[in-house]
Amino acid sequence: MSEISLQVDGKQVTVEEGMTILQAARSVGVAIPTLCDHEKLAPYGACRLCTVEADAHGRTNLIAACQHPVEKDLVIRTRTEQLDRIRKVLLEQMLAHAPDSEQIVALAQIYGADPNRFEKDANFCILCGLCVRYCAEIKQKHAVGFFDRGAKREINFIPEIAVRECWDCKECFPLCPTSALQAAYVLTEALMSPPEPVAKGCGGCGG
Amino acid sequence: MSRINSPAELESFRKEILSQRDPDKPCITLCSGSACLATGSGKVFAALEQEIEKQGITAEVSFRTTGCHGFCEQGPIVVIYPQGICYLKVQPEDIAEIISATIKEQKIVERLLYVDPNTGEKSSLEEDIPFYKHQQRLVLGANRKIDPKSLEDYLAVEGYQALAKTLFEMTPEQVVGEVKDAKLRGRGGAGFPSGVKWDFARNAPGDQKYVVVNCDEGDPGAYMDRSVMEGNPFAVLEGLMIGAYAIGANEGYVYVRQEYPLAVSNLAIAIEKAEKYGLLGKDILGSGFDFTVKVHRGAGAFICGEETSLLNSLEGKPGEPNARPPFPATKGLWGKPTNINNVETWANIPLVINKGADFFSAIGTENSKGTKIFSLVGKVNNTGLVEVPMGASLRDIIFKIGGGVPDGKQFKAVQTGGPSGGCLPENLLDTKVDFDELTKAGAMMGSGGMIVMDEDTCLVDIARYFLEFLSDESCGKCTPCREGIRQMLKILTNMTNGLGQEGDIELLQELAETTKGSSMCALGKTAPNPVLSTLKHFRHEYEAHINHQKCPALACKELIAFYIDPDKCKGCGACLRKCPADAITGEKKKIHVVDQGKCTRCKGCFEACPAAFDAVRILSGEPVPVAVPEEV
Repeated sequence: MSEISLQVDGKQVTVEEGMTILQAARSVGVAIPTLCDHEKLAPYGACRLCTVEADAHGRTNLIAACQHPVEKDLVIRTRTEQLDRIRKVLLEQMLAHAPDSEQIVALAQIYGADPNRFEKDANFCILCGLCVRYCAEIKQKHAVGFFDRGAKREINFIPEIAVRECWDCKECFPLCPTSALQAAYVLTEALMSPPEPVAKGCGGCGG
Repeated sequence: MSRINSPAELESFRKEILSQRDPDKPCITLCSGSACLATGSGKVFAALEQEIEKQGITAEVSFRTTGCHGFCEQGPIVVIYPQGICYLKVQPEDIAEIISATIKEQKIVERLLYVDPNTGEKSSLEEDIPFYKHQQRLVLGANRKIDPKSLEDYLAVEGYQALAKTLFEMTPEQVVGEVKDAKLRGRGGAGFPSGVKWDFARNAPGDQKYVVVNCDEGDPGAYMDRSVMEGNPFAVLEGLMIGAYAIGANEGYVYVRQEYPLAVSNLAIAIEKAEKYGLLGKDILGSGFDFTVKVHRGAGAFICGEETSLLNSLEGKPGEPNARPPFPATKGLWGKPTNINNVETWANIPLVINKGADFFSAIGTENSKGTKIFSLVGKVNNTGLVEVPMGASLRDIIFKIGGGVPDGKQFKAVQTGGPSGGCLPENLLDTKVDFDELTKAGAMMGSGGMIVMDEDTCLVDIARYFLEFLSDESCGKCTPCREGIRQMLKILTNMTNGLGQEGDIELLQELAETTKGSSMCALGKTAPNPVLSTLKHFRHEYEAHINHQKCPALACKELIAFYIDPDKCKGCGACLRKCPADAITGEKKKIHVVDQGKCTRCKGCFEACPAAFDAVRILSGEPVPVAVPEEV
């Protein structure tokens, strides 16, 4: 792997090819806000809080730092007036769903996001997909997944899989930036019964 | 004829086909595209078959069903060659007369001809009809000459000549070079130079590469790709093979919407026939080039028109976009270099190769070459598919070809580019159709949707309609697209319901900036366009909705009231009888009154009131005067 040099907020950074801008920025102590990134999971790009400004080939683009691979001579700015405005609106949109999420509230203070900007929508999930991706990529169980699309998209446990896999796992719970995942699980739990202890012999014939 | 093993055999087969065809023999062609089938082309077909036999002229006339001719407003369409006599809105009962008069006695059936609504002039020939006269049908033109199920018909119109030329006379580099020199740009929406795209895939490392046809046409009201795929699947396949040869692919996929059954079946027939003749499969034309193609039917998600979503869907995953880079050209289907082009782009390739880059690049504007097919729909007289050289003005398309706005109404706006496009007002009608000019004007070329709107259309409601569509069709993966559209739609819905608030316009602009700036794929990045373009050109309508609860177009139901003018009402009872909500009270010769509480604003009374009285008025943004049901 060859090394690539780029600039992040005026700092010169040299990292390995294939790394993301988010990783490159972190390597020199530049923090970019993100809610859906996880070191063990493939980049996903759902929350878009990590949107940064990038100059390349004479053009300035807005790109997601968590997904975009480093390129030679990129010039990255992680905080500008426009980026602050975008992050503020994104956070306000998330606060409509998850007004009490500690992570979101902390970021809202930094970017001046108004928790009451948009009408509250009683769906506490911000669809970051951490649970879905963790279960698929790390556990390879696919017990929780996305359903429907667009404004109707939501996460749900699949009871048939959850009944087998979730009782002793629940590793996705601490990943959730809101309390929605546990809520979804509790709803699913109502459909599940604990796994039966392994039967010792056949009860029918007494054998 | 069995397998064709060389270009020489191809040419001799072509000669054989042409020698069996007498150009002077009458040939009846019947449009059997989806639109004409919907207006009864299937019954006309049965009648034609029967009548040809009944009148005993089976040997003297040939008969062919073809793909879409484009003039869908006037279907079913019958054209009789060699003269090119064009009959419109043909019904089964017209067939006997067409055969006895036109075929047997060379007489024209006047009542089936096109009549210009403005001048009253009739046109007997297809080429004289204004709708066709101002078009340049380089891609769509073959549709009316060939039966889409007949490989022989395709060969008769120079089919596979470009493929033979490519495989035997050109290197892959030369093919890419020709497409680059032609300056062909992708017809699917973004307008990326096709040759440059091919070059990326060609130069990407990897033994296994793929080519894909994007026939996931989802824009409301747009059906260019459907008609090309239904009417001339061989041309799309030939273009695809040429592309495959150029980039070094031996496998291709055609991604077609499930909702296009005729396109799917015609394509399947075309593949089967091409395989039979050795024009698909191993060692095509004896060149050593192998190519196979599979058809994949999409499940109806608009987002799958976006190339990374399409590839995910092809792989059996949910149709959701990936970040680019990596671009499909380097990491596409199954992680291999993949080149995806839209149907119309592929269909242009045989033309580019046959006629050459110089011919192609001589048509159009500086940066947009060739022709473009538009689906001209909405409030326009001649609804249909229109193919014009790049650089034609919107005015010419809508008025010269489209015949203007029906019922003497005023033109208000034209929406180009599908749900991600924009609405342009009257003063921009001289804008040329060109990728860059349309974008500059605040709209976009898109894949070629063109919706004409008249004075009765509310542009706030149009923006709401498109956002509602996008709200359903966004995959919901990223926040700015999913949530931004949700919030913008809420604001627009409130406005059309009379609940707009001060600051809404500014909030829309703020949301639009976020959605446009930070969404992952083109759907989100362009989703605010319907709002931004209508705000730019029709801001006063937004202001009227917010500040005065008034819909200037009198279209938003919650903002209008029906009022019977006491000075004009003759107490005839026409409106009263029509009202489905029993909202109108009145007696004969007494002024009728609308009960606003009961009125559902269905417009029935407005339409029922005799034109001579013209007593029903639609009010918006003003109080409804109190009317007394006194004697007239």
